[in-house]
This record gives sequence, structure tokens and C-alpha cells, in this order.
Amino acid sequence: MTEHTFTASAGAAAAPATGGDDVSLFAPAPGAAPMWRMVASQAGMELRVMLRHGEQFLLTMVIPVLLLVGFSLTSVLDVGEGPRVDALTPGVLALAVMSTSFTGLAIGTGFERRYGVLKRLGATPLSRFGLLAAKTLAVLGVQAIQAVVLCTVALALGWSPSPTPGSVLAAVALVLLATAAFSSLALLMAGTLRAEATLAGANLVYVLMLGLGGVLFPTSGFPGPLEQAASVLPVTALSSGLRAVLTEGSPPSPGAFAVLAVWALVGGLLASRLFRWD
Amino acid sequence: MDTAAVEVVDLVKRYGTTTAVTGLTFSARRGAVTALLGPNGAGKTSTIEVCEGFRRADGGRVRVLGLDPVADAAALKPRVGVMPQSGGVPTGARAAEWLRLMASFHARPIDPRLLLERLGLTSVAATPFRRLSGGQQQRLSLACAVVGRPELVFLDEPTAGLDPQARMATWDLVTALRGAGVAVILTTHHMDEAERLADHVVVIDHGAVAAEGTPAELTGGRREVCFSTDADVDAARLEAALPRGGRVGSRDTADGRREYTVTTEDPDALDPEFLAAITAWCASSGVLAEDLRVRRRTLEDVFLQLTGRELRDQ
Repeated sequence: MTEHTFTASAGAAAAPATGGDDVSLFAPAPGAAPMWRMVASQAGMELRVMLRHGEQFLLTMVIPVLLLVGFSLTSVLDVGEGPRVDALTPGVLALAVMSTSFTGLAIGTGFERRYGVLKRLGATPLSRFGLLAAKTLAVLGVQAIQAVVLCTVALALGWSPSPTPGSVLAAVALVLLATAAFSSLALLMAGTLRAEATLAGANLVYVLMLGLGGVLFPTSGFPGPLEQAASVLPVTALSSGLRAVLTEGSPPSPGAFAVLAVWALVGGLLASRLFRWD
Repeated sequence: MDTAAVEVVDLVKRYGTTTAVTGLTFSARRGAVTALLGPNGAGKTSTIEVCEGFRRADGGRVRVLGLDPVADAAALKPRVGVMPQSGGVPTGARAAEWLRLMASFHARPIDPRLLLERLGLTSVAATPFRRLSGGQQQRLSLACAVVGRPELVFLDEPTAGLDPQARMATWDLVTALRGAGVAVILTTHHMDEAERLADHVVVIDHGAVAAEGTPAELTGGRREVCFSTDADVDAARLEAALPRGGRVGSRDTADGRREYTVTTEDPDALDPEFLAAITAWCASSGVLAEDLRVRRRTLEDVFLQLTGRELRDQ
């Protein structure tokens, strides 16, 4: 097929007798698609690229599921009082949110910048706002898949949350605010550092947050100063907030919302100032 | 609609202390192919990236379809297609998938399947970008530049690294775009590409225009006589023997001989008698002229003459 196409093409160049079709095919007819269509297509592409990426899938799906199953079924880790899965699920959900909206987004965007993808998209009718909207939708899409998978696994392991309409709403609000905070920090990193530095840094943060962020066990067991330091981390705020809502059935502390809001604000401001597209 | 597709006046572009473009002026017509020809580092990509709105000019005036490439970027983007020198596609995106995405940004795109077939990419439609060969990546990038039916396309080194067949497919597409009324601006350091495709050639060297015109104007439709020899040739005596005047230039060749080029001021002066006069002088001087030939001047010769350097050796 390929050979045939080339032969035909070369012939057309030599004898412009077939030019009529080409004129109608290539005749200028410029115009941008509606904004919603551009954003929907771009979000679909981002979502597929994220889900297809092996290492990202490891961070966003495999590791959270393994942590949840492994530490629920074994007692190698002191996770606090009550059924193990009840204690673990909120933290693992928080880790999953961070893996997508921080680690995955930072690494993906860093390499897109490095390979000129952001620059190339900048030459299309898709605006920067449209691109950010698409990335946000893709991140939320992956997080929705993560939530379904992790909650299903947790329920299968005997997780018994006490959901009320209010607690579900509070959990969703926490996740959305945390997504804004993580995403703006991810874009700050990806838009200012070299792609390799972003890759190393984002993975390092993932591991540090896994240990320090109250993901697997509450930070209340930490020595005083360390506990205080950990409490201002976004992943700690998210995991403690989710733990309050899902496990204890109590409303999340205003402090958790405040910490996430401050990170989102600072990260967003810095990213919008410092982000470099190429 | 009678404005130029691109108008660049006294463009200056600096990077730190380096000045990449030093007062460059040219214009490109609609429905025509304009080639920016020059060695690597001449300032071609800087010029094109200013026109694309990717970089801001440090001086001069640039108008694209009558608009400012930075201030009017939103209005220009749907109307202008861009093919960067490399990259621009996520490594994990599949060829057809990415082209469909680019098509979806436009109101009346070309059917991506037709473009893939035309550029010989149908068999790799489902292949991720990172697994495509360099030539396939180039052609996908070209397809992305034209899929939105633009009025104007910028192609930065569209055939760099392509095999002859893929190069032919790219040339064919450029010719078809031109035939359909699309303005094409391409950069190249292949003079045969400029000669074959371009209506207008802008020769760029050291960030400025060294010469411009149609390929025929630049080469002047001129012929010259070349030969090489290891004998000593007294250029002044050979010039004196020419019937209606002429100039003898020479340069050392790679194999240690000297190549002589005889040119005339008046193109009509290079006639059969002129050639006979050269061979007669060689015979009387005991010079065996090897590889003796009459040839048309190429853009390569023009470039060499303008800059004292060869295009390919940069």
C-alpha cells in the first residue's frame, strides 16, 4: 500500500492533471473548532496518554492497590486503632490523588515541555486556558477511576465507611481542593525545571510524602516538631481530612481546608508567574 | 486579500549577546512557495519562529496575513499551520490519534485518513510517536501542519533526514498546497529543494538576506565551463585567449588538483566558439582538461559566490 501511494504521489507531482482533487482537498478553509470540542478532544488525549504510560500506571494504580491490600492483610505496620482497612483506606486514597495530580502531572508535563509538545500546542487554536482545562479534566478522570478501583478493593477487604451525604460532599470538596493544590505545584515544577529534574524531584516527593504525609499511619505518632511540620503538608491535610470524614464520621477540621487552600493559592500564583512553555 | 502572506522588515533577534538575525527583510506572497535557504545557524529558524509568534522580535516589523504574530496570535492560530523542526508530539501518542486531535481543533479539517495515506503513514497509524522512524515523525508533523486547511504554513526543514521517496511525497504535498492557493514558507539547506519547489528564494547568511529572487533570477540562467587539471594554468593568459572576454576562477579540489571555472559577463557569450577557444588554449598550453563540461549555475554556486562558503559543509 505504501509503495503504491508513493508511486501515485510522485506521478501527480510530475503531471498536475490530477490537481483538481488536490485543489478542493487543500483549499484554505481555516477556522477554530468550538472551545468545548477542543477541550474535550485534548482531555481525552491526555487521559489516554496518562493511562497508557507504564510508570505512571505503577504510581497511580499498582502501588496504591498493593499498599492497601498488603498492609490490610498483614500486620507489619502499626496503622493505629480499629480495623486495618478502615485506617488505611483514606490515606491510600490521598496518596492516589497526589500520585495523579502531582507526580503524574508534573512528570508528564515536564516531558511535554521538553519535547516541544506545549510549544506545538501553543500554535493551535487550543488556548492555554483550554489546555489547562483539558489537563484538569484528565487528572479528575484518572482520579475517578482510582477512587472506584480503590474503594472497590477496600470494600472487598471489609472496609466499612459510614458515608452520609454530608461526608461524601466534604470528601469530594477536600479532593478537589487538594487536586488544585497538587496540580499547581506540579505545573510549577514542570514549568521551571528540566524534565529530568522534574522526574527525579516528583518521584522523590512521592516517596517522602508516602512516609511523612500520614498516608499509611496518622502523623499523631510522630514526635512533636515533626508532627507539626507534617501537618502543613498538603498530603497530610488531605489524608487527615479524609480519615476524619470516612473513618471517624466527623467533619474535617477547618485546618485541613486552610492548608490545602494556601498551597493551591501559592502554587497557582507562582506557576502562573514562572511557568515556561518551552 | 492582496496583502502579503508574510512581511518581514529589518527583523532583529538576539539571544543574550548573540545576534541571530541582523536586520532581515523579505516578503512572501500568498499562493506561492517561499524558501528561506541558508546553512545551519544562518537565522532561518529564528526568523520563522518570530513569524509563528513563538519568539518576540528584538527589532523590526513582522506581519503575518496582515496581523501581528504576538498581539493577534489568537486570530492567526486557526489560519496558520506550523511544522517545527522536530518533536511537538507526546512520545506515547499514536500517529493517527494525534492527527485526529489536531483535526478536532479546526472547523473544517481535512480527513486525517486521507492525509495519512497520502504521506505513506497508514501502516503506522496505530504506532506511538516514539516508535516512528525519523522520517515518519517528520511526515506526521507535516500532516498536523496542514490538517486544519490553513491559509499559510510554516515548514521548518520539512525534508531533513527523509529518504528519497518520503522526500518526494513531501515535495508533492507542498506543490499541491501551492496549487490550492496556500502560502508555504519553508526553510531548507538543500539547494535542490529550493530550486525544485520555490517560487521565491531568500538566501540567508549570518542572519541577513544575502540575495533573493526566483531560482532562475538567482542563477541568472547562466552557464559556465568547468574543468580540472593538475597542470599549472595561467588564468590571465587563458582569459586573454577568450573571444569575447570572460573570467577564470579556481579552487583546490579534494583530490589535490585544481578546478577551474570560466564564466562570462554576457550569458550569450558562452557559445560553442567560446568552448572551442578554451580547448584550443589548453591544447597550445599543454593542459589536459579533465572533467571538462558546460553546466548551468545552481543555487549552490550562487551561495558559494555570495558567501565564499558551501551550503552543505556548514
